[in-house]
Amino acid sequence: MTDSWRQPHRLLLVALGALTVFFLLAPTLVVVPMSFTASNSLTFPPEGFSTRWYEKMVTDPQWSTGFVNSAKVAFLTAVLATALGTLAALGTVRGRFPGRNGLQLLILSPLIVPVIIIAIGMFSVFVRWKLAGSIAGLVLAHTALAMPFVVVNVATSLRTVDRNLELAAQSLGAGPVRTFRRITLPLILPGVMAGGLFAFITSWDEVVVSIFLTSARFRTLPVEMWEQVRQVVDPTVAAVATTLLAVTTTILLLALVVRRQAPAR
Amino acid sequence: MSALRGSTGAAGGATTDRPDQPDRPALVLRGLAKSFVDVQAVDGVDLEVRQGEFVTLLGPSGSGKTTTLRMIAGFTRQSAGTIEIDGVDMTHVPPHRRDVGMIFQNYALFPHLTAAQNIAFPLEMRRATRSEIKRRVAEALALVKLEGLGSRYPRQLSGGQQQRIAFARAVVFHPRLLLMDEPLGALDKKLREALQLEVMHISRQLGATVIYVTHDQEEALVMSDRIAIFSRGRIEQLGRGEDLYDRPVSLFVADFIGESNILRGRFERDGEGGWLARGNLRWRVAAAQEDRAALSDGSAAAIVVRPERLRIVGLNDPAVAAPGVNAVEASVRDALYLGSIRKYELMLPDGQAATVRRQVGGGEREWQSGDRVGLIWAVNDAVLVADPNG
Ligand SMILES: Nc1ncnc2c1ncn2[C@@H]1O[C@H](COP(=O)(O)OP(=O)(O)O)[C@@H](O)[C@H]1O
Ligand SMILES: [Mg+2]
Repeated sequence: MTDSWRQPHRLLLVALGALTVFFLLAPTLVVVPMSFTASNSLTFPPEGFSTRWYEKMVTDPQWSTGFVNSAKVAFLTAVLATALGTLAALGTVRGRFPGRNGLQLLILSPLIVPVIIIAIGMFSVFVRWKLAGSIAGLVLAHTALAMPFVVVNVATSLRTVDRNLELAAQSLGAGPVRTFRRITLPLILPGVMAGGLFAFITSWDEVVVSIFLTSARFRTLPVEMWEQVRQVVDPTVAAVATTLLAVTTTILLLALVVRRQAPAR
Repeated sequence: MSALRGSTGAAGGATTDRPDQPDRPALVLRGLAKSFVDVQAVDGVDLEVRQGEFVTLLGPSGSGKTTTLRMIAGFTRQSAGTIEIDGVDMTHVPPHRRDVGMIFQNYALFPHLTAAQNIAFPLEMRRATRSEIKRRVAEALALVKLEGLGSRYPRQLSGGQQQRIAFARAVVFHPRLLLMDEPLGALDKKLREALQLEVMHISRQLGATVIYVTHDQEEALVMSDRIAIFSRGRIEQLGRGEDLYDRPVSLFVADFIGESNILRGRFERDGEGGWLARGNLRWRVAAAQEDRAALSDGSAAAIVVRPERLRIVGLNDPAVAAPGVNAVEASVRDALYLGSIRKYELMLPDGQAATVRRQVGGGEREWQSGDRVGLIWAVNDAVLVADPNG
């Protein structure tokens, strides 16, 4: 009796889920076949098969420079955001000081505040500080955007580490720094690495802040795409988008795997 | 002494090569107190512990034992009072420089290190040489009888084995103090009893000064040189097990240590000396007890008699009227045979219960449920204490 109504009910649920996934993914995945088109324009379905747009992407200095810039900025952002975010997580989880909750909120605020507002704010300040248009400026901006992901990941790991382990280490003769290096860090390493990978992706496909803070001489890949799409729509954009997507997906999967790891042994 | 002793090869500064000075206390607490926002967790604790002594802090949950231990270890800063270890004031010394070994109830073994690496940790922190670390880790593993398990990770060990590793890790660097907070609390009864003896033996063998926390009175009696009874953040009584059992200073201690018969009443004095009066019953109080309790005439008091100090006799037995003996009429409600002892549950005329334990095979008469009997005890076997709830 239960089965008779449950069966169609469950079918409906599966269908609805599949439909949702399709609508979310289809527009993204459509660029993949489009990037292999033989024709000179962006069309769907693609006509013929060719890898010439990938060749063009690699040989065109504008694209390859953008690629290198993006990788540099994302890497530096990941390093900086991981270091600062880990310290911030330690402070907000283990520390006891007035204003702790306020500080926590402040660190997480880039997740809530609309990016365009952050972008405008940073642009006006960075111009004054002569940081706009430089790699340093963009790395700093992306670090602010990426830090919440590190803090959330590391804080989650940290909350699973028994406080007594750190106290035991101290009673055995380890000062705060050695306690962190020998005990705490190895135990939260999965969270730290996952946070770092999320920070990398955050910077890697960031457009809004980047549009404000890059210049004609220094552009990241997403900004380059934005510029090109507004002028000529040439299938190279699809090839670049596919590459971007592949990198993001790979790192995202890596982050999910890393986060599941038990502490190093 | 084992080879472990006296081979402290570390060069960690002030912590090494201290000459044994048996006269100087290993630990002195003076007026130690800790208040949290809403509670006074520890409220003025004074304690002096000799070198090599095994002292247990015993008390109900929430009485401030853990907080006291954490202040000694340096994990919590005291609100008032001082802590001296080996004559040195510890107020401004961080935990990692106190040279105090701590054993936690949940073992707190480092999960990413093997058993041997766990034990090596304090030696590495003291920059011992590689060969010395190797030797002393092997010795420590042998000490806790876990040779051959050094390469296991904590999760590959049983609870009892984990606790032994934690113990080895805490003693391998010869700390000045060994602190243990209910280290056997998570183990089953049988293993707990075996480990009680082992911890006690190894501690003695190493000459370690131990501060041990438990809420299990039997464990405290088995292991300790002295016991400090904690109640509401204070030490209610400090002494050897026998002192606490035979001469409790308060109803709380009498109730907490061992089984007690507590007869409540009012303290009275007349020409012959002190009495405890209860309705139309009166019991003589020993002069020494009277002096010790220092009660005023008419105040609420109680006498405490241990179950094995009570005797059951016939109603007309001459012992009932003997000098130096207190007596009361009672009826036997239950007579229980427990192997080596008989346990009788009796009821006094006013409805109060009393428990008597008698050794089996002493040639004493056996009593049955329903018997009307005389319950007697020597005046000197009862302890007089104030009754705060009276
Ligand atoms: N960090 C803390 N913050 C607030 N209160 C605490 C804290 N630690 C202990 N207490 C309180 O102090 C009292 C004594 O606790 P504790 O020392 O753990 O007792 P015990 O170990 O004897 O069970 C308890 O009332 C407990 O709730
Ligand atoms: Mg406790």
